Amino acid sequence: MELLSILFEIGIGQGLAGLGAGAAVIGAGIGVGRIGSSALEAMARQPEATSDLRSNMIVAAALVEGVALFGIIICLLVALG
Amino acid sequence: MTTFATNCADTKIMSRYLTSLGIVLMLAFAGGNVGLWAQDHDSVHEAHAGEHHDGHDHAAHAHSDGADHEDAHTHHEEEFVAGEYIIHHIADAHDIHLFGDVHIPLPVLLYLGDEGFRFFMSSSFEGHGHGDKNFEDAQGVAYTLHAADGALPNGQPVNAGVITAVKSGSQLEVFDFSITKSVFGMLVILTLMVWMFISVAKQYQKNPGQAPKGMANAVEPLVLFIRDEIAKPSIGAKADRFMPFLLTVFFFIFFCNLLGLVPFIGGFNVTGTMGITIVLATLVFLLTNLNGNKHYWGHLFWPPGVPLPVKFILVPIEVFGILMKPAVLMIRLTANISAGHIIILAFTSLIFIFGEGGDALAAGSGIGVFSTLFMIFMYGLELLVAFLQAFVFTLLAAIYFGDATHEPAHH
Repeated sequence: MELLSILFEIGIGQGLAGLGAGAAVIGAGIGVGRIGSSALEAMARQPEATSDLRSNMIVAAALVEGVALFGIIICLLVALG
Repeated sequence: MTTFATNCADTKIMSRYLTSLGIVLMLAFAGGNVGLWAQDHDSVHEAHAGEHHDGHDHAAHAHSDGADHEDAHTHHEEEFVAGEYIIHHIADAHDIHLFGDVHIPLPVLLYLGDEGFRFFMSSSFEGHGHGDKNFEDAQGVAYTLHAADGALPNGQPVNAGVITAVKSGSQLEVFDFSITKSVFGMLVILTLMVWMFISVAKQYQKNPGQAPKGMANAVEPLVLFIRDEIAKPSIGAKADRFMPFLLTVFFFIFFCNLLGLVPFIGGFNVTGTMGITIVLATLVFLLTNLNGNKHYWGHLFWPPGVPLPVKFILVPIEVFGILMKPAVLMIRLTANISAGHIIILAFTSLIFIFGEGGDALAAGSGIGVFSTLFMIFMYGLELLVAFLQAFVFTLLAAIYFGDATHEPAHH
């Protein structure tokens, strides 16, 4: 029971911010996972294009992560006041 | 990649890029300074507007409660509060905190409205631990360096790290032009860049058509990479016009990111502060729209080949996009770099949280092994992110410039 009372000390707003951050990370995980999977599939089909595919994969991953970090920034602002 | 130096005509253009970098760098420095000033200036303006939003008072209360809680602890031993430790290392500060009580003081430059300019070193502030620090100068102005979000005696809210000034009981308007930790980091990087590029450019001017020596061997592949992989494919024929800016922005972001990763020098977070990235994004915004040709603006407001009802939806989105694209550039860079620093600091904090201030040495040490290994892995990832974020910023800037100056072959 003491563990539960500790959870209430945090405050509902900040707890929800943590939840929001988790949701943003789910989006990032799904997005980057799809990028990686399609890149690997393409590399398996055409191994000589590997280096081209690798650089484009990394660029696309950076752009998708940027969107996820939007959500993280909002949650951080909520959690810190 | 063709051997650069064998092509004489290219050599002359290269030295022109590199020497004009110096001028563009000065603009970036001035802009960054203004950006940082605006960050603090905003909080002072809020204090003066006298608007008391309920949210602000609530936040001020919550944070001053937190500050009281911490002051109570500093009297016994310093209890480790992970959130405060992380924020202290991410945020800007008026001195460089190396370890323990060792600080490198930095100049504080204030403009006090009617009172004029004030200059002193941040070591003049007295006060220890985590509380507010005070200083009174010879003209009777009392300065306070606020350690946490709170409220002034007259009720105006004030943010952490802001300097306020009181003279004869009345609050003065403070414009903070100090050389803070981020500005100092930026100055170091700018000096390094100016020295590096001017000396490399001189070498190309003195020995035209010969293989590069020394530092030029490292600079040349990066410059060629930006010209051949980023600028020429995205902008096409007019790439040379934008090369100085793209080179400056790439190296500035790359080196500032790397500076933030060096440990033990006080924890710089130059590109992780919104004040600096917003200036970079504004420069991209200005360059894109000032160089926009007829086709760019025409396609924005009247996209061809689109049915009329869809035009009504598309045009507001495109107009909104003019502002959103630089804003996204800003947030992407700030968030990636700050998040990287926060993760590394969080792994470090884990050791102290599990060690419970020396009470649970076994747990602390065990976590220490795991934490250190994970931190090394995160550092490797952050090195990749340092280069990648500079590359992505430059690439997107080049794409926006290309969109703005693109001449269609036919209509």
